[in-house]
Amino acid sequence: MDQPAFVHDALLLSLVLFALGTLGVFLRKNVITVLMSIELMLNGANLAFVAFSRAAGTLDGQVLVFFVMVVAAAEAAVGLGIVISLQRHKDTLDVDAFNVMKG
Amino acid sequence: MTPSPLVQELILAAIKVALLIGALQGLFSLMTWIERRVLAFMQFRLGPNRTGPFGILQPIADGIKLFFKEELMPAAANKWAFLAAPVLAVTMSFLAVAVLPYGPPFRLPSWGFLPEWLQGRELQLQIATLDVGLLFVFAITALGVYGVVLAGWAANNKYSLLGGLRSAAQMFSYELALGLSFVGVIMLAGSFQINDIVSSQASRAGGWFLGWNAFVQFPAFLVYFAAATAEVARTPFDLPEGETELVAGFHTEYSSMRFALIQMAEYVNMITVAALATNLFLGGWHSGIPGVPSEGLPGFLFWGGKLAVLLFVFIWLRGTLPRFRYDQLMHFGWKVLIPVAAVWILVTATGVALAGR
Amino acid sequence: MDQILFYAAAALAIGSALVVIGQRNPIYSAFALIVTLCSLSVIFGLLGSPFIAALQVIVYAGAIMVLFLFVLMLLNVESEQQAAGRGGRALGAIAVALVALLVAQAGAVLARVEPGPAPAFDASTRRMAEILFSPQFLYVFEATSILILAALVGSIALAKKDL
Repeated sequence: MDQPAFVHDALLLSLVLFALGTLGVFLRKNVITVLMSIELMLNGANLAFVAFSRAAGTLDGQVLVFFVMVVAAAEAAVGLGIVISLQRHKDTLDVDAFNVMKG
Repeated sequence: MTPSPLVQELILAAIKVALLIGALQGLFSLMTWIERRVLAFMQFRLGPNRTGPFGILQPIADGIKLFFKEELMPAAANKWAFLAAPVLAVTMSFLAVAVLPYGPPFRLPSWGFLPEWLQGRELQLQIATLDVGLLFVFAITALGVYGVVLAGWAANNKYSLLGGLRSAAQMFSYELALGLSFVGVIMLAGSFQINDIVSSQASRAGGWFLGWNAFVQFPAFLVYFAAATAEVARTPFDLPEGETELVAGFHTEYSSMRFALIQMAEYVNMITVAALATNLFLGGWHSGIPGVPSEGLPGFLFWGGKLAVLLFVFIWLRGTLPRFRYDQLMHFGWKVLIPVAAVWILVTATGVALAGR
Repeated sequence: MDQILFYAAAALAIGSALVVIGQRNPIYSAFALIVTLCSLSVIFGLLGSPFIAALQVIVYAGAIMVLFLFVLMLLNVESEQQAAGRGGRALGAIAVALVALLVAQAGAVLARVEPGPAPAFDASTRRMAEILFSPQFLYVFEATSILILAALVGSIALAKKDL
């Protein structure tokens, strides 16, 4: 099943998803939406891994995707735990409210 | 004019899909009647026996009633989510059945009225033979949680939301035990493809039923059955339904056809897990007695018979056991089933490694 | 046939990603992210990795997003007043400019990558398992299980009301 065009288009798609995720991280106010944008970035990276694995003909890229997924799961769990503590502390989920370290 | 191979496959798949959807809906209506009659006999009463002979037209009467009932939607509910939730639930239920085989592969006889590309063709009684078939079923079950969550949230009702979240938590807690229970089966068969798992059972113990995974992997079978009962929210794990008596379940605000869709999703889920158990643990369409043929129609009847027995056991459990409390349910899922499944995986892996030596 | 499926899934992924970052109500963003993840799973399948496709649905769409939805629903998160309003227009303009620069740079690199024939490979689960449990990745595999344990303990410790 030689479909080389997929690899190229998949790389473009991963770029677009990563860029959209970055925009989300910069522009959104809600902490949980920022976390979701980070997940979007991670998925863009996963897609790039899989596309390159297909292009190279080895499975190393896919094994790395496996590990990225595991790390993303762990990070989502701990990140959401932090969000719950933050909410309890300040009763808001606006990122601008957590600026106690500002000089 | 012979259509191209791709179009041939699409036509066959479309026919199989249509037949399967029809069969599942028919089985769903039949199950509602059978469940009420069997439960009634177990409880020493009669059950519906007025509509038609032995009450067999009861599901039709229920359907007509639900069709003409008023469709309510709370004013503050999220309209699109409210409408989408039953659709999502039903879609996921039906999607999972697409990779399960429901009989042995058979060859179409060369009847004259069939187009030439169909005559003598070997057909699989399975819509999609995926290499990762079992993982696909697991993935669709994981997505089925969203139907419940969306239904609970869309109704804009505190009790509905909490009920939905609790049943979602129940569903994905037992999903882990479900997944772990089939690792042993996969190790023995060496493949994720369900057809391979069925064939591996037939070649064990000379074709006797003792070679089926239900006996060789008995603890895994028990864990699977308990986890499957909790996954489809049947008694004794039917808190999502029983809560309607206590507080309110996730489908409180749903009436008439949308409620019917949610019920259909639940019954089709039950049929899916029973069909999966038939294929993975009870040897699929094989007869279990060497010498008794398992090809063609007898194989299909054996498969159907095993499915019927498992569905009867589900109904039997409903008539017999009391309901688990929520914390007991969580304790059972996390602290009993998962360790048992994990230890059994260890035992199976050791066995496979020693046998392979 | 595969081409149509790929482009449809890619369009769906980009559309729902735009909804994720543009939608004011975070619960709608979460559902849009689920759609993105499922369409990415389809693309993984088309790129010849069925195991990763199934894993994407099971782990990401089926577990991580359920966690996000639980937290969103239990914390009863409100919609934002406007979708992007941090630090005014300046930050937004800088962000878009940076991302555009990133896209242009990467696009220039990609244009030099020519699509050539991809070698056929065996992406079965058995092969994946052989690599995962080989000495190359075995240590990493065991380390991730400890990572999950640490995350489990950490998230419970963070979310508990009274330690």
